[in-house]
Amino acid sequence: MANKNAPLHLFDRPNSYIGQSVPRPEAHNLLAGRGQYVDDLQLPRMLHAAFLRSPYAHADILTIDTTAAADSAGVVAVYSGADFADQVTPWVGELTHLTGLRSPPQMPLAIDTATWQGEPVAMVVASSRALAEDACALIDVQYQPREAVCDPVAALLPESPVIHSEYKNNLAWERDVTAGDVEPAFADPANTVVEQVLRFGRHTGVTLEPRSSVVEFNPAEQTLTYHYSGQAPHMMQAVLAKHMQLPEENIRIIARDVGGSFGIKIHTYGDDIATALAARLLARPVKFIADRLESFASDIHARDHHIKARLAVTSDGTIAALQMYDYTGIGPYSMYPRTSAIECNQILNLTGAPYKIENYHANGKVVFQNKNMMCQYRAVGHPVAMAVADSLLEQAAREIKMDVVEIRRRNLIEDNAYPVVSATGMKFADLSHQQALERLVELMQYEKLRKQQSTANENSIRTGIGLVSMVEVTNPSPMFYGIGGAPISAQDGATVRMDAAGALHVSCSITEQGQGTNTIIAQVAAGVFGVDIKRVKVTTGDTATTPYGGGTWASRGAGIGGEAVLLAADALKQQVLEVAAIVLQSNADSLDISQGNVIDKSDSAQRMSLDELGKLVYYRGSELPAEVQPEFVATRHFRVSDFPFVFTNGAMAAQVEVDTDTGIVKVLDFWVVEDCGRVINPKLVDEQIRGGVVQGIGGALFEECLYSDDGQLLNATMADYLVPMAGEMPDIHIAHIETPTSTSTLGAKGAGEAGTGGAPAAILNAINDALAPLGASIHTMPATPERILQALGEVPT
Amino acid sequence: MSLVTVNLTVNQSARTFEVEERTLLADALRDELGLTGTHIGCDTSQCGCCTITMNGDSVKSCTLLAVQAEGADITTIEGLADGDKLHPLQTAFSACHGLQCGFCTPGMIMASVELLKQHPDPSDEQIREGLSGNLCRCTGYTNIEAAVRAAAEAMRN
Repeated sequence: MANKNAPLHLFDRPNSYIGQSVPRPEAHNLLAGRGQYVDDLQLPRMLHAAFLRSPYAHADILTIDTTAAADSAGVVAVYSGADFADQVTPWVGELTHLTGLRSPPQMPLAIDTATWQGEPVAMVVASSRALAEDACALIDVQYQPREAVCDPVAALLPESPVIHSEYKNNLAWERDVTAGDVEPAFADPANTVVEQVLRFGRHTGVTLEPRSSVVEFNPAEQTLTYHYSGQAPHMMQAVLAKHMQLPEENIRIIARDVGGSFGIKIHTYGDDIATALAARLLARPVKFIADRLESFASDIHARDHHIKARLAVTSDGTIAALQMYDYTGIGPYSMYPRTSAIECNQILNLTGAPYKIENYHANGKVVFQNKNMMCQYRAVGHPVAMAVADSLLEQAAREIKMDVVEIRRRNLIEDNAYPVVSATGMKFADLSHQQALERLVELMQYEKLRKQQSTANENSIRTGIGLVSMVEVTNPSPMFYGIGGAPISAQDGATVRMDAAGALHVSCSITEQGQGTNTIIAQVAAGVFGVDIKRVKVTTGDTATTPYGGGTWASRGAGIGGEAVLLAADALKQQVLEVAAIVLQSNADSLDISQGNVIDKSDSAQRMSLDELGKLVYYRGSELPAEVQPEFVATRHFRVSDFPFVFTNGAMAAQVEVDTDTGIVKVLDFWVVEDCGRVINPKLVDEQIRGGVVQGIGGALFEECLYSDDGQLLNATMADYLVPMAGEMPDIHIAHIETPTSTSTLGAKGAGEAGTGGAPAAILNAINDALAPLGASIHTMPATPERILQALGEVPT
Repeated sequence: MSLVTVNLTVNQSARTFEVEERTLLADALRDELGLTGTHIGCDTSQCGCCTITMNGDSVKSCTLLAVQAEGADITTIEGLADGDKLHPLQTAFSACHGLQCGFCTPGMIMASVELLKQHPDPSDEQIREGLSGNLCRCTGYTNIEAAVRAAAEAMRN
């Protein structure tokens, strides 16, 4: 019971919206078909771009003949890589804090050599997309195919061709992490050692709105406006400014509605840059909308890890050592500006993170290959890290005949132990692994499910239960990208102003891609300042009108942007109360704002409405003392400074049914207990988690970008690439533990990626739980029916 | 490239426009009529973002040429509300938070119109079956299904 005499917490105020499932104000537009996505824009004199892409994974480009294309109907311009050479400076996907990471310079279109199937080679700009595509078919490119380097392990063998002639081999980066000494633990005959080779196939984000750009250039003012479907407007502004050699302030990035992003739309793509270059060269707006084939072939892919790992446990189930070797294929370049080494780095940092592990060794090799580029997609590295540790842990439990919940109880970092520094140097605070596990056991009725399972598994349908304990990196500090030289802000800003009618206008540098960013901004501002949420108007996604900031990625929007809004709204409230105190001949400390009125703190008596105050200040300032110049606007910024990241934690479980005749896995049920700190809007958070789980299930069971041995992408349509549909998805039950982060007043950690980070491990464990009585197991994702049958020895591998 | 005249009734208005023969109905609705609520997500009729109602049936408008729709009576997401009054499905999707980025939403709602026409009191299985041609990449489908149930109830009462 809270102390009755204690002052009300900011969020206990009567008009606080924190913790309420406020409906999204922009939902009405989206539901009525009035969303404003980039492809919905029709600008005067606008042209359309299409790209000719390399049909080879690796080939020298001998000649490009664009004559026929240039003469084709509706064509305004045809460009090859050489045409842009003096229009743009090359970009390099390196970060200085990832010591040793190397990647060659990249240009918008391939010059001399194409290095993946789908790399843009030439561009047509025409009066319609269809005519541009017609002309693409008329471009004659002579290629000399070269051997494609596809397998990341084989790519490091001495006999492998080397993709980039300036390097001696195909290694982009390597990191080795050691804590304690793993060898004695693995050598101790009293310990049980389990070992696995795990493979994580490539998958991709499949944003329903494809990557989309409309770019306008004004030659008179040398200004460029980029209508952007993405997550980081200020990053994009800096990238375009640097490489198009324009002053940053001459570039405006506008992101209206964004049809999903998931990390896909946060990178520098050659076709997008080429679109901007064409707009400048032609001084006309140019639109480029990737079609689905282009999306599969050129949106970044994720994962592609080949991992060998082993775990030693003592006879009482205590983890004695964990060791892992990761090979990851990233395509021919490290993606710019975030680099393609981050996922491997996260895996090395996060594997086993929920557990007390003293002896740890991990080695990661990031390898060039002739496939599409791999980079940060939702839950970067987490699904791999969690699946490696928790699949080995459950396997070890089976070997020592210990329950999988019990082995976690023995190894989880205790809830009262924080702050804790992990074996890999991660600083953890405010986590609740033990509570989360116990809550999960209760939520899913674990004991009951186990009893049902023991009596049910007698025919070809086997059920299995799998768990995962997990962490998620959220709210990153400058340690993530900024210190390595990337033009990526770790801080965000919010400006809150009050207008003459007493309404609030908030502009904030975080962005909306459907999570409900604008809603939570309004919730925080309305509650902290003291107006009805209907009186708050929010602007995001425009570099011309929002403060500078990072945007929405790495589960940072609510935690960092939300705190900036809180600080700005609180500052504005103090400023307004000081003016109100002068008008009311009162003391600002004795006043408060509630429901759009200035009130007496002591008895809540209404003194004047904000509408009256606004009109007095803006229209009849003469009634104020001459020295009072009201500032009804406040801007505040926030960055996480105490920790490199604010970690969240959770526990999840899946119940699956494996048909051992067909290899088909059905997910029967899924449970999530998540501690993302203070929950601002439960409905939004829960659906973020569910959506994340569904993407995680997709990666675990269905989704894979399949390549032939010579680097041809084989399934680049939605008919061939399986994504989770409504019919295949289980009910996803969610419970929360709220341990607010002490790094902010708001106390919110991120929630956007937990589901994707944890679900694959839970699914894999559930499948292996089902297969274990048959002496079979699987460690490849996605766990397709074919692979399940291979694991069962029913079909050849 | 020769142009063909197409006559349609769209959202209760007679519309005539000229397009290339190869123009898809989805593109024509968006580019010729400015009805940008119909989205294109996959080009191969898997994602369902372009779902509209044509002559009383729900169809994926990227699978039809505009010329194939000659004379048809079409309703798009923009024509679903009754003036300012949202269709019960639109209201329910909002109330149940059955959307995130909103890109699949028009198609999801238009597919649900057909679903509820066939099953005014749908079972969970019928809802999942009815939405099996529509991909949502953001949500976990749970709230979409809840929205369809809520709308069905509202429409029956």
